Amino acid sequence: MKKSKAFWVFSALALVIYAVVQGLISSGIIDLYYQNILVQMCINIMLAVSLHIVIGITGQFSIGHAGFMAVGAYFSAIATMKLGLPLPVGLALGAGVAALAGLLVGLPTLRLKGDYLAIATLGFAEIIRIIFLNVDYVGGAAGMVVTNMTTWTYAFAGVVITIIVISNFTNSRHGRGAISIREDEIAADAMGINTTYYKVVAFTIGSLFAGLAGAIYAHNFFIIQPTTFNFLKSFDILIYVVLGGLGSLSGSVIAAIFLTMVTAFLANFPETRMIIYSLVLILVMLYRPTGLMGTKEITSLFKFGKKGGTKP
Amino acid sequence: MAEKKTLKRFASVFLASSLIMGALAGCNSEGTSTAGGGSSSDTTSDVIKIGANLELSGAVASYGSSIANGAELAVEEINAAGGIDGKQIQLVKVDNKSENSEATNAAIKLATQDKVTAMIAPATSGNVIATAQIANQYKIPTVTASGTAPNVTENEDGTLNDFVFRTCFIDPFQGIVAANFASNELGAKNVAIYADNASDYAKGLAKSFKEQIEANGGTVVAEEAYVADDTDFKSTLTRIKSANPDFIFIPGYYEEVGLIVKQARELGIEAPLMGADGWDSPTLVELAGAEALNNTFITNHYSSQDPEETIQGFVEAFKGKYSESPNAFHALGYDTVYYIKDAIERAGSTDGEAIQKALAETQDLSLITGTFSVDEKHNPVKSATVLEYVDGNQVFNSKVNP
Repeated sequence: MKKSKAFWVFSALALVIYAVVQGLISSGIIDLYYQNILVQMCINIMLAVSLHIVIGITGQFSIGHAGFMAVGAYFSAIATMKLGLPLPVGLALGAGVAALAGLLVGLPTLRLKGDYLAIATLGFAEIIRIIFLNVDYVGGAAGMVVTNMTTWTYAFAGVVITIIVISNFTNSRHGRGAISIREDEIAADAMGINTTYYKVVAFTIGSLFAGLAGAIYAHNFFIIQPTTFNFLKSFDILIYVVLGGLGSLSGSVIAAIFLTMVTAFLANFPETRMIIYSLVLILVMLYRPTGLMGTKEITSLFKFGKKGGTKP
Repeated sequence: MAEKKTLKRFASVFLASSLIMGALAGCNSEGTSTAGGGSSSDTTSDVIKIGANLELSGAVASYGSSIANGAELAVEEINAAGGIDGKQIQLVKVDNKSENSEATNAAIKLATQDKVTAMIAPATSGNVIATAQIANQYKIPTVTASGTAPNVTENEDGTLNDFVFRTCFIDPFQGIVAANFASNELGAKNVAIYADNASDYAKGLAKSFKEQIEANGGTVVAEEAYVADDTDFKSTLTRIKSANPDFIFIPGYYEEVGLIVKQARELGIEAPLMGADGWDSPTLVELAGAEALNNTFITNHYSSQDPEETIQGFVEAFKGKYSESPNAFHALGYDTVYYIKDAIERAGSTDGEAIQKALAETQDLSLITGTFSVDEKHNPVKSATVLEYVDGNQVFNSKVNP
């Protein structure tokens, strides 16, 4: 009962945000520049939230997220540019293949723990990247030119779907299983929870939405190259999650929005850009060692609680 | 109690960050307000804005900042000499972090916020492609200083990116120059090719070299490949040696080439070796050793040792400002500004389409990296410089015309 109310409040909020921004776009107040930043913000939110389910909820330290983003980007681009399929099919295909890749990578690697898992996921992401680098069909090192087809609508819809699915997963029986693994894997195992199963499910869902984000990325920025999806991109996503607070969905969202805005504003100061960006990161981590939100959700800041769909 | 404390900290972080954001937003709105003023009175304003969307941080920051330095010198000179038709040039630099998505963002920003008259596009081909559609859409003439891939100006389906131009020659051209140099200057008949198989750049060069050398009546006696990050090339080099070539073409990047040259000389291969601008790095000399590099040649965009008067003038001016010797990227950045200036002067206006037309019609424009005319695919037809390594130093050998 409470949960369905929260769901409707969240949906209404999403609709209002969408309507306001769409209104501003059609009236010309938000021009293409800010529109593009909004789309980038949406992509970053999707990436952050999809990694949040792996690191924040299930507690599995994966640093190969850009690899699944690459799979989504390339397969959706192949669907639309080479096979001439419509964009929604391309997005679905990209996300689907990324989920499949997540499943294949997750099955063997998620038996590993901690640092070993981190290294294994990093390795797999690099393998995916090197494969694209050596396939001439997708342009090799020179990359693949993609027509711009996405709009703010697609990006925002992607964000809404991502947040709904992942927050519902978190609040479900599966989600609690995943959280128990994060808290203590041995105890969870002893309680009869199939830890490998829940880890793989969370990992696959995370890969699915990373793939969707990659697909939207590919259709927004004109060209995709293997170098775009190197391990530094994985670290960018990791920064969103850690800065937002491990285990906080709204924290990931806030961090993604915050850092996208910082990056966009700093474009005017090329000489000091990376220094200021790094300073912002260091300051936040000094003042908030557990991230902006800790493990709390934004809804818990309000006494009357229960608003917004992200809090159980 | 503890919660109160965290709330207090939370508040202080937000105050601090909002202060920073406020300050940045302040700078930003200042910038845009002047931009708005400039665009609303385009014909009467006394500045011409040229955007520079460059790799100032990230993986290839050295390319982008070299181009920016060259461009700044050119802008200074032009402004000191009275600007373009009495209007001063203002260079608006934007960093794209060497990333495609940031390059697109930066191009949109220059087009819609700063309302620039023309843009200097990013240094690497991929990033230029990420800005090409924006340039076409907003009709802003865009010139890349060093994006050498053919598909920068020409799409795969053969259509042209109308508003995209470049100052440098394209990749396959260097292969042709190397082939002509081998047959005409060195009299090579039996040649070998040893190319980096993991790079489109090297594969493109090898292909055009092979076609041209065969057209010149030469024979390719051995064609081998390596992969980037290899370190032992001796077995392949032995195979090449047994084919007994009198010239070996090695397109690739300096890291592997340095080792190849060293190992080739150790195996007793005395034939002249040749590469392209990918060799151009001080690291090459460290890896190969000065002695092994004797009797090797490279094609490049320009040489700071070219005796021509205009080039020496540029080298002096550059040394005066930055106290270092200008490399090819500096020279290309410098030329790009003059290329745009020339087009704006001939167009007689700051209208995007007029400048685009003038750029496409450029004839015999004399710049530091050569005199060129623009062909129908927006590529400059210009000479390449051949350099020879003598005791570890690049020595100007000759200029080869297309």
